[in-house]
Amino acid sequence: MIQNNPIGRFIAHIILIIGIMIVAFPIYYTFVASTQSLQEIMRPPLSLLPGNHFWENYSAALFGGVGRIGGVGVDRLLFNTIVMALAIAVGKIAISILSAYAIVFFRFPGRMIFFWLIFITLMLPVEVRILPTYKVMVDLGLIDTYTGLTLPLMASATATLLFRQFFMTIPGELVEAARVDGAGPWRFFKDILLPLSKTNIAALFVILFIYGWTQYLWPLLMTNRNDMTTIVIGLRKMISFADADTEWHLVMVTCILAIVPPILVVMLMQRWFVRGLVETEK
Amino acid sequence: MASSTRVTFPNKLLPYLLLAPQLAITAIFFYWPASQAIYQSVLREDPFGLSTQFVGLDNFRRVISDPNYVNSLQVTVIFSVATALIAMALALLLAVMADKVIRGKGIYRTLLIWPYAVAPAIAGMLWLFLFNPSMGTLAYLVRSAGYNWDPLLNGDQAMVLVVSAAAWKQISYNFLFFVAGLQSIPKSLIEAAAIDGAGETKRFWTIIFPLLAPTTFFLLVVNTVYAFFDTFGIIHAVTGGGPGKATETLVYKVYNDGFVNLILGDSAAQSVILMIIVIGLTAIQFRYVERKVHYG
Amino acid sequence: MANVELTNVRKVYGNSVEAVKGVNIAIEDGALCVLVGPSGCGKSTLLRMIAGLESITDGTVKIENAVVNNLGPAERDIAMVFQNYALYPHMKVYDNMAYGLRNRGMPKDQIDKRVREAAQTLELTHLLERRPKELSGGQRQRVAMGRAIVRNPKVFLFDEPLSNLDAKLRGQMRVEIKNLQRQLGVTSVYVTHDQLEAMTLADTLVVMNSGSVEQIGAPLDIYEKPASTFVASFIGAPPMNLVHVTADNTGLILKDGTHIGAEGLTVPTTGAVIGFRPEDLEVAAGHEKHIGGLQLDLKVLGVEPVGAESYVYGVVGGERVVVRVAGRSPSQTGDHLRVIIPKEKLHLFGADGKRIPPA
Repeated sequence: MIQNNPIGRFIAHIILIIGIMIVAFPIYYTFVASTQSLQEIMRPPLSLLPGNHFWENYSAALFGGVGRIGGVGVDRLLFNTIVMALAIAVGKIAISILSAYAIVFFRFPGRMIFFWLIFITLMLPVEVRILPTYKVMVDLGLIDTYTGLTLPLMASATATLLFRQFFMTIPGELVEAARVDGAGPWRFFKDILLPLSKTNIAALFVILFIYGWTQYLWPLLMTNRNDMTTIVIGLRKMISFADADTEWHLVMVTCILAIVPPILVVMLMQRWFVRGLVETEK
Repeated sequence: MASSTRVTFPNKLLPYLLLAPQLAITAIFFYWPASQAIYQSVLREDPFGLSTQFVGLDNFRRVISDPNYVNSLQVTVIFSVATALIAMALALLLAVMADKVIRGKGIYRTLLIWPYAVAPAIAGMLWLFLFNPSMGTLAYLVRSAGYNWDPLLNGDQAMVLVVSAAAWKQISYNFLFFVAGLQSIPKSLIEAAAIDGAGETKRFWTIIFPLLAPTTFFLLVVNTVYAFFDTFGIIHAVTGGGPGKATETLVYKVYNDGFVNLILGDSAAQSVILMIIVIGLTAIQFRYVERKVHYG
Repeated sequence: MANVELTNVRKVYGNSVEAVKGVNIAIEDGALCVLVGPSGCGKSTLLRMIAGLESITDGTVKIENAVVNNLGPAERDIAMVFQNYALYPHMKVYDNMAYGLRNRGMPKDQIDKRVREAAQTLELTHLLERRPKELSGGQRQRVAMGRAIVRNPKVFLFDEPLSNLDAKLRGQMRVEIKNLQRQLGVTSVYVTHDQLEAMTLADTLVVMNSGSVEQIGAPLDIYEKPASTFVASFIGAPPMNLVHVTADNTGLILKDGTHIGAEGLTVPTTGAVIGFRPEDLEVAAGHEKHIGGLQLDLKVLGVEPVGAESYVYGVVGGERVVVRVAGRSPSQTGDHLRVIIPKEKLHLFGADGKRIPPA
């Protein structure tokens, strides 16, 4: 440090604390609201301290039979979302690592064409092909299925590019040593490449889990039945009713339930997450 | 004297099998629909869906001359620029401050990255809870201060609301990248500037900020892509493009015209225009990244 | 144990770049053969072709009298020590050494016995549970050796294994490798660009230059009778002095036109190169005539005392030469010295660079 300026540092702390308050306040506010009764919520301003309806609201939302969206419980929505986030994360990693392995460690006709075919999918997000994709999904009978929710999102240029970049840093001598040691492509993949990719896989897992959890347009298009949709879409359906009918206290609870799992994943796997994020995108 | 070519396995069939899953998904769910979008963008279907005819670029002409489309283009530009600027400026401020403090860096980072995990649609809802005129506490405070706040009726206020939510969600992402960018600036450069007599503010604007340019540029592209595409959930969940069409972005309009209003040709033409925009943005992004990624 | 035989081995890369141009080498059972040459001379390519890591364009590679051209590296029963060691970073030392044996389906207890024996030989026993990144450069080098010897292969291949170590450690490991190879008696091929390493290790030395073999032989034979100016300047440090001459009926003419006596040398009319090692020069005390030696005037450009000896750098007939003098040299920059090379120490090369044997 050049300047050991205590006043400057003090100001820095103040600004950071204000920043954290801005960043955290909407979440905190929703949490506070989730512990209030409906009447309290409808009479602003809301107290800034949690109310005493925590157990009441949360058990009502989770087990109570109330707080259902079109007859579907929050537990079902959470389950669907977890399935979607996990399947997308695991599927994407598996598919991408295999493609990257093929592209980096083999030489075969059409290699670069395949690479570009994968690369170009970066430029074809769902948003630019909404209707035709929907039609394909209808034709294949994938609407309202877990396959439909997850499989089409498993192809990922970003993850393939990340693994490819990482694989290219693996010294050729290591491959040769393995070949001299009698390891074929499968053994090399299982014994050497996978263990070496552990950190990258962990980092990517966090990012893809969040990606899967926060999907919006896709589940909106791919699900008609309420029992097949995700918690984010479920929430949207809860608040789209006229204000008077909405059970806001349960909306707040559902909102917190939709936010907490991915936040926990990010917090607990922060080290991987930060590494993965900065490296995936660069 | 290692050979410069990549060491590989001699198998011939295996690589195709390894690529098969990704290529199958890509072909069925990416290339086929995308080509359909392009195909439909030059067709016109009668209202009953009984016949279609080739109309060339008519759909594009009609889309571009539609005042609603021009409006949504404007909305998208305003929304994206505002979101990117606010999210980046706040993140840069926080990153510079975090770079300065000695104790508590880790805690600050932990507490600042939450919003990354929040779905855009939910980010929108959180801000709606705060600023909803009927029950939001902050809306109540604003109104008590005598300001006529109603984002559900006033288009500009609706825009402020969705921009706030979108920028809020993106702060964590930008923060992490600015922190990484700041860390990669050699301390010796800053020390040299200090010896050359540059004060703290001057050092920031003449040394640190220019050296952060690659990060800033990268984030500008990423934030623009984010504002264009990933914020669909915010718009859909919070304003539904309204009031009027004050917050109807391009992506929202594609969805609305195709999925809700079922105007196939127009929606396909809009999709193709969006595709061109994405290609442009990706090209810019990779021109920059080129130096780090190398293809081969 | 096995002999290795290369017959007309060629390597042509895709777009007709000929990296190895028809090489013939026969290595006896148990011998240590060193391939030496500047970078890009094809020595590593040749080694990798023996290993089976590089395909063979033409010719045959035989191990133990069997053609192995179409066998994969694992089927050739060879072991290789890589330049960067290529240790598996996520495996412990023990597993690094055991991996090749496991892949061959050897029973566990036998693997354990082999690994422990090898570890003992290399004094690695206390390191078996460590990971490569917790080891020093020298220790990693030993593990790489260990991975090769536990396999008990027909042939050891070394690809510049010492080039990542510091000078002191390199000297030490050189001796160890030599002893180990003797002790195990495994036929070995060793690639290096360091001529000192090549000289001290080799039973058979192969000097390579741009894809071809320049000379094969025992190290000292090569040192004493280099087959070409390339070999002469590559082997030995400082390298052999080379002075270009032409001849007329009065004697020899140096590059700058100076006439010197022929001293019985027969120089072709196309010109020649006279070579002499730095240590073979004598500095004349006075101006006396030395019988049977070539006398040259040397202008001193600089003197480097390095302790036990000194190097005198100078110019002869417009070309640079270096003289090795025992102890300190009294010469100073700018001095003119008369140096004498005994006739039997002179090497003569034709204009094409090939050695001309003394008549």
